[in-house]
Amino acid sequence: MPTFDLAVTPLRDLNQALHDIAPGDNDLQFDVVNPRGHHAVASGVHAPVSIDIHGSVGYYCGGMNEEAVITVHGSAGPGVAENMMSGRITIKGDASQYAGATGCGGLLVIEGNASSRCGISMKGIDIVVRGNIGHMSAFMAQAGNLVVLGDAGEALGDSLYEARIFVRGKVESLGADCIEKEMRSEHIELLAALLAKAGISDVRPEEFSRYGSSRKLYNFNVDNAEAY
Amino acid sequence: MSYHNPPTKPRLSATFDEYTMSEIRRAAATGIYDIRGGGAKRKLPHFDDLLFLGASISRYPLEGYREKCGTNVVLGSRYAKKPIELKIPITIAGMSFGSLSGPAKEALGRGATIAGTSTTTGDGGMTEEERGHSQTLVYQYLPSRYGMNPRDLRRCDAIEIVVGQGAKPGGGGMLLGQKISDRVAEMRTLPKGIDQRSASRHPDWTGPDDLEIKILELREITNWEKPIYVKVGGARPYYDTALAVKAGADVVVLDGMQGGTAATQEVFIEHVGMPTLACIRPAVQALQDLGMHRKVQLIVSGGIRNGADVAKALALGADAVSIGTAALIAIGENDPRWAAEYEALHTTAAAYDDWHEGKDPAGITTQNPELMKRVDPVAAGRRLANYLKVMALEAQTIARACGKNHVHNLEPEDLCALTIEASAMAQVPLAGTSWIPGKGGY
Repeated sequence: MPTFDLAVTPLRDLNQALHDIAPGDNDLQFDVVNPRGHHAVASGVHAPVSIDIHGSVGYYCGGMNEEAVITVHGSAGPGVAENMMSGRITIKGDASQYAGATGCGGLLVIEGNASSRCGISMKGIDIVVRGNIGHMSAFMAQAGNLVVLGDAGEALGDSLYEARIFVRGKVESLGADCIEKEMRSEHIELLAALLAKAGISDVRPEEFSRYGSSRKLYNFNVDNAEAY
Repeated sequence: MSYHNPPTKPRLSATFDEYTMSEIRRAAATGIYDIRGGGAKRKLPHFDDLLFLGASISRYPLEGYREKCGTNVVLGSRYAKKPIELKIPITIAGMSFGSLSGPAKEALGRGATIAGTSTTTGDGGMTEEERGHSQTLVYQYLPSRYGMNPRDLRRCDAIEIVVGQGAKPGGGGMLLGQKISDRVAEMRTLPKGIDQRSASRHPDWTGPDDLEIKILELREITNWEKPIYVKVGGARPYYDTALAVKAGADVVVLDGMQGGTAATQEVFIEHVGMPTLACIRPAVQALQDLGMHRKVQLIVSGGIRNGADVAKALALGADAVSIGTAALIAIGENDPRWAAEYEALHTTAAAYDDWHEGKDPAGITTQNPELMKRVDPVAAGRRLANYLKVMALEAQTIARACGKNHVHNLEPEDLCALTIEASAMAQVPLAGTSWIPGKGGY
């Protein structure tokens, strides 16, 4: 099991080793120690490898991840899992701004809190946050699911497209074009599956409210001009 | 005897001219601002306001068409393991699939490849039409991140982080519902037929310090192989160039306000930004102040039309130029053979700019399958290649006349200005004088 100590080994060596993984390689479990807030740790990985990062990371950890299962045993800086395509990233601590930004697929689990703009412009990723999320989360979110067990900050889902938002706690305010929607059976089913995938069994899907787009901004209408 | 008092001739207002009044009536009737494509149409100080000082006795010219005058340019030599080398210093600017049809993208790729230069993707992702036919392809990384994926990042030749563009510095993208076909909708992960508003800011960074870290991430993802360009709209070129260099850019792309867009508000196109001519010297000054001129390359775009424009931009300190609107014209946009159809759209074959409506008779700025068939990518690509080669030849001809054996050896000393405005903006002397407004004499 390869171990990279970022206190002595350059980040470039770690990422190059991860990018060089070829089909059929045996080393599919990597440990990273002393990340000490390094940026772009395990970014651009595109192999079914498991990476455990022991400590906190800086910006863009796991950026554009494909297939890899990455666990951060600490907190993550801004832009964790940005533009993720597939695979899974778990943050044991808190995440800073823009977690899962523009993510296209895969699952991001944040066991602590996430800061502002969580899921901004998300395009198909599923994000599950055990704690709270900050303001302007899911801004212009296009597709995928954002699940929040705690509370959401101001302007949730502003200018939302087709992404679904589920919040268990209170919502400070909704953004333009974002409305609360009925939780139908298919949403309960979807949410139950997402929670199970995230390893969460102590809450029930029925405790959540669902939010989505009212689609009033989908084509320009001058009578909605205040919302643009 | 009665005195005949002749009626006063009606006097039209210079402020409320016919165009302005028609725009007021249009706004009142529709409740939406005018949206169009292209760049600024008003007359602005431009390259036409500069002239070259050919060699006589005090300078020694090279023999036209015989003595060598190089045109090649290397882009991305600062950090990238695989910098790009182009045969000519004229690149094709980013234009999105969605805004442009697939055959138009293919034509751009074919033409650029024949001429030995690059094309650039645009907002909406990479298409096989372009990747398959463009030998050197720059992949734009935009605020919307429509279609962005690491697979395409790995198969491009350079990455261009778009912070802004000349037609709308500070503005986001706009692709109206009528152009959102099934394919465009799928590429952008959005429903078909809706207006696609793309953000004016990148979602996951907020300032130059963040940009530096973003560039690091993109380099890490692509193993430090590909040049990273940073594109800015011409507004504060000195500071924006300096900050792009500080953030680690290999190349700065500077787009003046004559640079085009697929669709945005007319008021934005005509009233925000700076003329291309005014942008170049401050950007070059920033590079020189940082000791990075020619180390971080500068690509200038916005209204480049011919080899003289190319030569003037290079003489002012650019390493290369980029063309968008001119490339579209070369492959057939606004072609007079569709005159009747342009007239049916209440415009002419010289002024059509409602590209967002998806009705382009030339088949270039549309997703209509029938109209798209009008673009023959092979023939259109050939026309673009011819045009690019002519521009390079023209620039070489001028450079030789100034005694230069490479177009990059042109310098401000080779120029004079026809107007005080151009003299001040380009920082070259007014013709027949040694005077540059704002500077002392020689």
